Amino acid sequence: MLNSIFAMFSYSFLIRAVIVGILVSLCASLLGVSLVLKRFSMIGDGLSHVGFGALAIAGALNLAPLAVAIPVVIIATFFLLKLKETNKDGDSMVAIISTSSLAIGITVVSFSTGMTTDINNYMFGSILSLSKGDVFLSIPLTIAVIVLFILFYNRIFSITFDERFAKATGQNVEILNTLIAVLTAVTIVLGMRLMGALLISALIIFPALTSMKLFKSFLSVTISSAVVSVLSMLVGMILSYNFNTPAGAGIVLVNLTIYIIFGIIRFFNA
Amino acid sequence: MEILRANNISASYDKNIVLKNVSFSLCAGELLSVIGENGSGKSTLIKCILGLKDTVSGDILYADDLKPCEIGYLPQNPEIDSSFPASVREIVLSGTIAGSKSLFYTKTQKETAKKAMSFFDIENLKKSCFGELSGGQQQRVLLARAICSAEKLLILDEPVASLDPIATAEFYTCIKKLIKKKKIAVIMVSHNISDTVSVSDKVLHLGEKSNFFGTTEEYRNSTLGKRFLGGETNA
Repeated sequence: MLNSIFAMFSYSFLIRAVIVGILVSLCASLLGVSLVLKRFSMIGDGLSHVGFGALAIAGALNLAPLAVAIPVVIIATFFLLKLKETNKDGDSMVAIISTSSLAIGITVVSFSTGMTTDINNYMFGSILSLSKGDVFLSIPLTIAVIVLFILFYNRIFSITFDERFAKATGQNVEILNTLIAVLTAVTIVLGMRLMGALLISALIIFPALTSMKLFKSFLSVTISSAVVSVLSMLVGMILSYNFNTPAGAGIVLVNLTIYIIFGIIRFFNA
Repeated sequence: MEILRANNISASYDKNIVLKNVSFSLCAGELLSVIGENGSGKSTLIKCILGLKDTVSGDILYADDLKPCEIGYLPQNPEIDSSFPASVREIVLSGTIAGSKSLFYTKTQKETAKKAMSFFDIENLKKSCFGELSGGQQQRVLLARAICSAEKLLILDEPVASLDPIATAEFYTCIKKLIKKKKIAVIMVSHNISDTVSVSDKVLHLGEKSNFFGTTEEYRNSTLGKRFLGGETNA
């Protein structure tokens, strides 16, 4: 086992995947705490489908995938957040947008290249799919997400806990919500290559929900989410490399295991 | 010292005029209760005072050194999930963000939060999870947060609506202590008329046809007051 782990890290594409994986899982878990508590957690699912559509179109037109997908998904984020705020039936609208994007993506793909491995990777994720260019873009972007999150941490707590109070006391709630939306969009697109469009939302939801089982303050939940998320990412990647299964699925299953373990500990503590 | 004065303000909600020619004034150390039935425009008035909504006519004058963002605010039954992971200290500290330009909490902000917690006797709870506290304790935490953002004017929107009678009495004691020690001005919105009037100095009654503003004594003797307080004044 240990030997195969060492062998795994002798491949440069695997090292790339691990670096991007750790950074993306850190971003997703930090943002996830706020998104889950604000009941926006399914936005990740909606956005990844939009991201799939955008990547498919970029592929068909021979454009750089991330350069197309990131702005499209950022626009979609604003749209989805507005829908959620103004429309009581926001959930079904999100479903309409996400399934339509998926359908557009699939149609475009079958007209152009057919269902190649590339598309398969976008759907289910692959640690092989990360090019050097992806990594060069991913590293600064994820670091920016983490730094911005840390800088605005206190304010993010304030609007997550009680948006009405924050608004009434003159905090700029709009700008902060926009910031969270943009950071989420960037994280989703970067994580999609690794996790797959169908599984990326797990990266946002699982660590926060798992940590809330045992921890009771915002800071402890945030730290625990980060640790749980990075750990699941690493263990999931190693296991899926060894058993030759898709990385995204392995990572979600490790997350599920930790979720169950935390649940059991909470049960015996209560 | 006068903190706030409203001259003949009118405001609308969903294009309907709900506030018509409302005037009142408030000095430091006074408690003004705003009463009226549902839909009489109480919440709209609060939004106007907080600067979240524009008036159609009339104006609101603040004391020289008071800005709308420097007003402490206790929202009406805040919809906070009991599973929300937040410690008392984190919540009270978040009240200091409003007036601060710094991204991280400064020493002064931490000091302000500490004082607010000891004032409301919740320092021993500072590490507790908000969702696990009783209704009365939660209300004290939110009050501590509110006074962190302002020490001159505090607006309470239906503060006792979800409290039992004992917690309500404790809450009023807290408010009285706050007014006495800090000379803070308080505006309290309530639909529980007789309770609220008995603790306040001034009353603003928003009625369907006419409004009343005056001291509690004047309100008790007014026709509107007699009608709403009923048995109390006749007995």
